[in-house]
Amino acid sequence: MADPDLPRREIQIYRVHDCLLIAIQDDLDDGMVIALQDSLMQRIVSSGAHGVLIDISALEIVDTFTGRMLAGIARMASLLDADCVLVGMRPAVAITLVELGMRLEGVKTALNVDRGLELIRRSLRPVPVNAG
Amino acid sequence: MPANSVKRLAQLLDKHFERILSDWIRAQADAGLLRPELMSESEIRRQSRAVLTELVRSLRQCESVRGMDLESEIWSDTRSLLQSATDQRVERGFTPTEMAMFILALKQPIFERLRDEYEDDPGLIANDAWESSWLLDQLGLYTSEVYLEERQEIIERQQREMIELSTPVVQLWDRILALPLIGTLDSVRAQMVMENLLQAIVEREAEFAIIDITGVPTVDTLVAQNLLKTAAATKLMGAICIISGIRPQIAQTIVHLGVDLPDVITKADLQSALAYALSATGVTFSPGARSRG
Repeated sequence: MADPDLPRREIQIYRVHDCLLIAIQDDLDDGMVIALQDSLMQRIVSSGAHGVLIDISALEIVDTFTGRMLAGIARMASLLDADCVLVGMRPAVAITLVELGMRLEGVKTALNVDRGLELIRRSLRPVPVNAG
Repeated sequence: MPANSVKRLAQLLDKHFERILSDWIRAQADAGLLRPELMSESEIRRQSRAVLTELVRSLRQCESVRGMDLESEIWSDTRSLLQSATDQRVERGFTPTEMAMFILALKQPIFERLRDEYEDDPGLIANDAWESSWLLDQLGLYTSEVYLEERQEIIERQQREMIELSTPVVQLWDRILALPLIGTLDSVRAQMVMENLLQAIVEREAEFAIIDITGVPTVDTLVAQNLLKTAAATKLMGAICIISGIRPQIAQTIVHLGVDLPDVITKADLQSALAYALSATGVTFSPGARSRG
């Protein structure tokens, strides 16, 4: 739990083209989640972003609380017409979540920020990507 | 005559060196330890001589038999000699008994020399016999220990190799990985498969992971569950899991078991799985085009 005497570390929201990028660095508590939800939804509306990337590659542990809250943020973003992609989940985290029975249904995932952007672009403008 | 039993023993071995050595080799032959098909006699002769020489040298530096510490510096050469002798015997398939007997066969020649040397002092014979017996027991136990360690190492190495062999992740194309599974999937192996696959997905930035179960003989609820978990974890990582090679029999079993494979793409064989993944990543082949190789 966060120490109330410490100043709250805010999670930065970056803008990349028409997407918003959040990098979650350490464990989230309730207060941070609510602050994040609030500021993210406002940024989506004010910036007119069509995609949100949540990078969790720094997280070594994701518990059911964090999982649920990430799924919640994804659903809220989609209500505001922004595609939300969860990127960079570590193998150990994926295994743990599956063992906990959390499949995060309805949440899009990608391997890294690059792929996440690609995914959002592809769903915005359905152009065939030619890898060959 | 030295008062110290170790010094006496060292002196005795030194004095009757050749006699004890030949008696020892004969004792080994009597005990059936000479295995010409595994090790030549000249090699055993050479090894026995080296061990005995080293034993005399170590005994000269030793203070007392009972206080001896095989781990100490004095015994390091004897130790490494016994170690290499044991290593050779493990490789050639000697049994642990034969290995220990190799050392213990030295008892009789020493006892005989003790008997002849101190004929008039039975107390001294008993004392020195006991001390030398104790010493040889220690050395014999040491060889057994080395033998076991050696064996353990072989077993562990084979185990590692088997695990590596059992979960190979191969890259079929840019962004496409395949994991051909052969044999039964128990929970330990399933866990390993999952970890290896996920790790490979991260390392090679794969978008598709094809799990080919052509070589899996039976699929029960546990195996199906494990496959499902792997597929779900793959999806969480941002890749797509395709299961291929489901045999008609297995398809029937899965349905009869009531296991649902909802989010998993299934294909009849590896070829169609690859074709699907290629078209999904946008790879197209045109006739007459040069291959990428």
